[in-house]
Amino acid sequence: MRTFILAAVVVLLLGCKSTPPGPEQAGAPVEDRTPGASAATKPVESPPVARVTSEAAPTQDPSLAGAMAALKDPNSPLAKRSVYFDFDSFAIKDEYKPQVEAHGRFLVTYSKMKMLIQGNADERGSREYNLALGQKRADAVKNMLILLGAKELQIESVSLGEEKPRNTGHDEAAWAENRRGDILYSGEF
Amino acid sequence: MHAMRFRLILGALVAVIAVLLALPARAQLNIEITGAGASRIPIAVAGFEGEGPVPQAVVAVVRADLERSGLFKLVDPGALPLGEAAAIDHANWKDRGADALVVGSVAPTSGGRVEVRFRLHDMQKQAQLGGLALVAQVAHIRTTGHRIADFIYEKLLGEPGIFSTRIAYVVKAGGRYELQIADADGMNAQTALASREPIISPSWSPDGARLAYVSFEAKKPIVYVHSLASGQRHVAANFKGSNSAPAWSPDGAKLAVVLTKDGGSQLYLVSADGSGVRRLASSSGIDTEPFFSPDGQFIYFTSDRGGAPQVYRIPATGGEAQRVTFEGSYNVTPRIAPDGKTMAFVSRNGSRFQVTTMDLATRQPQILTDSAKDESPSFAPNGRMILYATEIGGRGVLAAVSADGRIKQRLSVAAGDVREPAWGPFMKN
Repeated sequence: MRTFILAAVVVLLLGCKSTPPGPEQAGAPVEDRTPGASAATKPVESPPVARVTSEAAPTQDPSLAGAMAALKDPNSPLAKRSVYFDFDSFAIKDEYKPQVEAHGRFLVTYSKMKMLIQGNADERGSREYNLALGQKRADAVKNMLILLGAKELQIESVSLGEEKPRNTGHDEAAWAENRRGDILYSGEF
Repeated sequence: MHAMRFRLILGALVAVIAVLLALPARAQLNIEITGAGASRIPIAVAGFEGEGPVPQAVVAVVRADLERSGLFKLVDPGALPLGEAAAIDHANWKDRGADALVVGSVAPTSGGRVEVRFRLHDMQKQAQLGGLALVAQVAHIRTTGHRIADFIYEKLLGEPGIFSTRIAYVVKAGGRYELQIADADGMNAQTALASREPIISPSWSPDGARLAYVSFEAKKPIVYVHSLASGQRHVAANFKGSNSAPAWSPDGAKLAVVLTKDGGSQLYLVSADGSGVRRLASSSGIDTEPFFSPDGQFIYFTSDRGGAPQVYRIPATGGEAQRVTFEGSYNVTPRIAPDGKTMAFVSRNGSRFQVTTMDLATRQPQILTDSAKDESPSFAPNGRMILYATEIGGRGVLAAVSADGRIKQRLSVAAGDVREPAWGPFMKN
């Protein structure tokens, strides 16, 4: 039952997007929904690959509350949410593949869980072209997740272009930090 | 060739004039002229008879407009006002160096309004070139000044003036983003939209009543259409993925937009009300920054289909894309002049991003600026000036350069970054 309610909340949250909030509204509070104590009893490590196929029953999801707990565990590989890219590149580097794979397994396990991937670009050049470059990075992460078994419907890839730099500097170190894809789950965006 | 142009610009720098605007409004744009035309028309704008009681002098607006254009040189008219019907001593004004003279009168009428009458005289031809009688609320007297300046500009230069037009731009200050609309001289700035999330790519509807833009207020880029008078707006494109780069069709019925709903950044057409989306082109790479040619026949856009971003064009009904830029490895943001003959865009030269123009017949590019971080060029509706965003001292400012590269202006606000300028159309009235 709890699972059903949580799933309904997730679906409702996702369903609200046709009327975006007014501009004066504060950004959606991140991680504000605290699951009940009993729901937080499953400190889930990222499930090993072998277990994914056995556990991911197509019609019955494991508890989404457990999923939420796993996402909040700072020691989980799921805590890593950023994938960094080389200049003018959209290839996911080897060092980020285990992280993306962990998220892929998570999406397969929790097939009702939805994800927003925000792509970013460094500040050089046209804003709209940079928006498209950020989109390519978000799409690269999305495509890898889909190859790992996540469903198209679970993932939306969008771009913030150069508009939301993590590092506001103007050198190569700053730019490298801003060539990035960020992973957000239901309730975090 | 380059050195010669440099000397011309340097010569023009002698005439550096800071137009300090009197009204202490927040986020007011200050305009500074940093280069003027090679030959400027000497003109005297006499004080208008009866102007004394009007708090914002209409004559001051006319003078500032003409001077800021870089195409006129103000001749000292003396202290005495000259009424609309004043007798003109042509020889005397010619001796004082004026080719043209403006005289006028201001008189109160009913309901707190004033009537402004003026005449423009040509000293060479010793003839009157015409005049107007304009009635306005005292609070809107600046608008009257802009209309007088437009009249003078058109009579003496043979092309419409842009002093009565408006510009849109985005100010970022203290983590807030404001989409503002100001008069072409930077005055009367009004905020159309304030947000905690970025706003980019404002684009004027051809009738000047609406703006399309991209807002990130819902954590992703969504295209809105915003009616300026009412403040009402609606979503024009909010599909799965990113929605961006709106460009109006010349008839104001449609928007070209970039959507990623079917994978990749690709060009689509939607009706301005957001209905009837249809795909315009297909590529395996990025297609973005669409812009309609003024005749509505073509859509120019940026694409990396050839490996690096270059400008292409495609028939507005769809079809084969043709490459337009060939020099260099980064040519983006195509904007076509109102006469359809010239394209402004941003080219990367070394590590500099610079506003560049290209004659569409000869395909010869010409770099217009010496700055390094130029973005978002936008033609004035008479095609004379190109407004763009650049950076000076780490701060975003707006600048304008004439299409021939000679006249240069800088527009800045006291606090905050200014970016994403778009010059509005002529308003019909």
